[in-house]
Amino acid sequence: MLEFDDIQHILLTRTPAITGRYEFLTFDTPEGGRAWLSELLDKTQSAADATATMDGSDRWVTLAFTWTGLRALGVPDDSLQTFPEEFRTGMASRADILGDTGANAPEHWVGGLAGDDLHAIAILFSRTDEQCRRSIEEHDKLLARTDGVRSLSYLDLNATPPFNYAHDHFGFRDRLSQPVMKGSGEEPTPGSGDPLEPGEFILGYPDENGPVANLPAPEVLSRNGSYMAYRRLQEHVGAFREYLIENAETPDEQELLAAKFMGRWRSGAPLVLAPDKDDPELGADPMRNNDFNYKEMDPLGYACPLGSHARRLNPRDTAHYMNRRRMIRRGATYGPALPEGAPDDGVDRGIAAFIICADLIRQFEFAQNVWINDKRFHELGSEHDPIVGTQDGTLDFTVPKRPIRKVHKGLPAFTTLTGGAYFFLPGMNAMRYLASLGN
Amino acid sequence: MTTTDHDWTKPSAMAIPPEGYFTEERGRYGPVFPRTPACHGFSIIAKVKEGREDVVRAYGKTIEETIAASPEALAPLKLHYLRWNLFDVGSGLHFQYMGIFDTDFDKYTEDAVQLFSATGITTIFTQLEGFPEDWKENPDAFIKFVRDHHVPSFLEYGEYPYVTADEIKKALKLKAAFSNMLDQMQ
Repeated sequence: MLEFDDIQHILLTRTPAITGRYEFLTFDTPEGGRAWLSELLDKTQSAADATATMDGSDRWVTLAFTWTGLRALGVPDDSLQTFPEEFRTGMASRADILGDTGANAPEHWVGGLAGDDLHAIAILFSRTDEQCRRSIEEHDKLLARTDGVRSLSYLDLNATPPFNYAHDHFGFRDRLSQPVMKGSGEEPTPGSGDPLEPGEFILGYPDENGPVANLPAPEVLSRNGSYMAYRRLQEHVGAFREYLIENAETPDEQELLAAKFMGRWRSGAPLVLAPDKDDPELGADPMRNNDFNYKEMDPLGYACPLGSHARRLNPRDTAHYMNRRRMIRRGATYGPALPEGAPDDGVDRGIAAFIICADLIRQFEFAQNVWINDKRFHELGSEHDPIVGTQDGTLDFTVPKRPIRKVHKGLPAFTTLTGGAYFFLPGMNAMRYLASLGN
Repeated sequence: MTTTDHDWTKPSAMAIPPEGYFTEERGRYGPVFPRTPACHGFSIIAKVKEGREDVVRAYGKTIEETIAASPEALAPLKLHYLRWNLFDVGSGLHFQYMGIFDTDFDKYTEDAVQLFSATGITTIFTQLEGFPEDWKENPDAFIKFVRDHHVPSFLEYGEYPYVTADEIKKALKLKAAFSNMLDQMQ
């Protein structure tokens, strides 16, 4: 039975926020960190609380901590050592494993995210711009009156127009394929797989293989917690559009090439179900837009290329043990939209997302290491993920096609990783425990 | 079609340093062992628990029957070959598990843990000294055992180097298709 009143809401609910800010913090003293946390405790919400108050709420707060952040709050060393190594050393230290090299390497990250002094994140989501300003003001005031805690950096978020559905700056519809947990009350959409054991995402529950050993101690700290991999991905919208124009003759062919990279049309319609022409109605229909497989419906990738983004991140029936590789995605876009037809303006824009899972190595790092940045994925030989993979201009992208496939040589980078971190997302009781550590 | 820049027509050999790798490159669970002309591999050597020789030998039969009944049972491991040996050179009975496969070492290990725990087939490793009793709940301990008992080769050779099992199967399918085409044209 899921403990809805202890699990932070972000794990189980989607809020109707369209704007917000990520605040990245450092604690100069344990007292300062705990004072900050104590004041925010009654602003954070469990899944039960957020669901019950959703309609009347305008803002939602989520808190999470790095390993050095837990240490800075005063978590004792014997407890700190029970956290898994990848979380202890942090995302920046795992860059070579993740494939975050070249322009994506941590030395180029912004906002101080690669440093040990990144201790916590406060995710402030708001329904309106006015509420967002209020939340930021309140948080600024909290920082001003609390010694021993400082802002390292922040990232302002905003949805991009049109606002009636979630999509990234390239224009691709998002939130199409999300796993569902048993006992969450949600029904997976057709094609999204059966509901999974909560232990795949939340600590303290059995996972798909049964009981889970070696959870962090004490139990009050780990129970109902999870890990969040944060990725700030700058999207080079101008370069992407330009590539499409240079490599496809007509607007229709440009749309098709964009879809080949993603595995879906911008509308969300999957190439497997709409191989030749976009079908916006299909894209917008959750009962149909995820209901397909690859092994029987498109084994050779004539519709959806083997190396496309969506096919890499969810190979469905063409990979084994998919239930052990699922992740929950949350996040938002940042930066102003680049108007259609406008030249690249050099402004920073992209997506700032969280990948939530119970085992960073088995889930998040696997996806990075084996699916996104492995050149030999599906025997492709010289390719990374064309959208989120590390690209240095030397790799290709193959579009299977009869009679002869089309290989796009020397693909440029359409995105650059400009920040990242591993956070622990504690349950509500765990946050109370952390706040009370000095007592 | 090749998956690398390597030329499959040119036999290739690689001498490997004692550590099992040339430069230390970290993988998810430890150092990355390189892909060689003989693909990726796995050589686990460990002492067999006292009196378990017959049980270990019986696993050979179990695997034979499993594959006969469901040929795809080991497909997730992306294997070329498995070779299992039992030997005693004066320090008790030892088991050697040699696998040649196309996924990397860590993924092979993860997939093996998953295969054994998900299908309910127990693993031959339970007959080996030092194997964690709680391996089903504790995949990390299984992975550590494998890494601790892996003996990297110091020479690997490939007559048709760096070719994956999938590529070989594709080539044979193509050959079969051509034969069929020629038959149809008689």
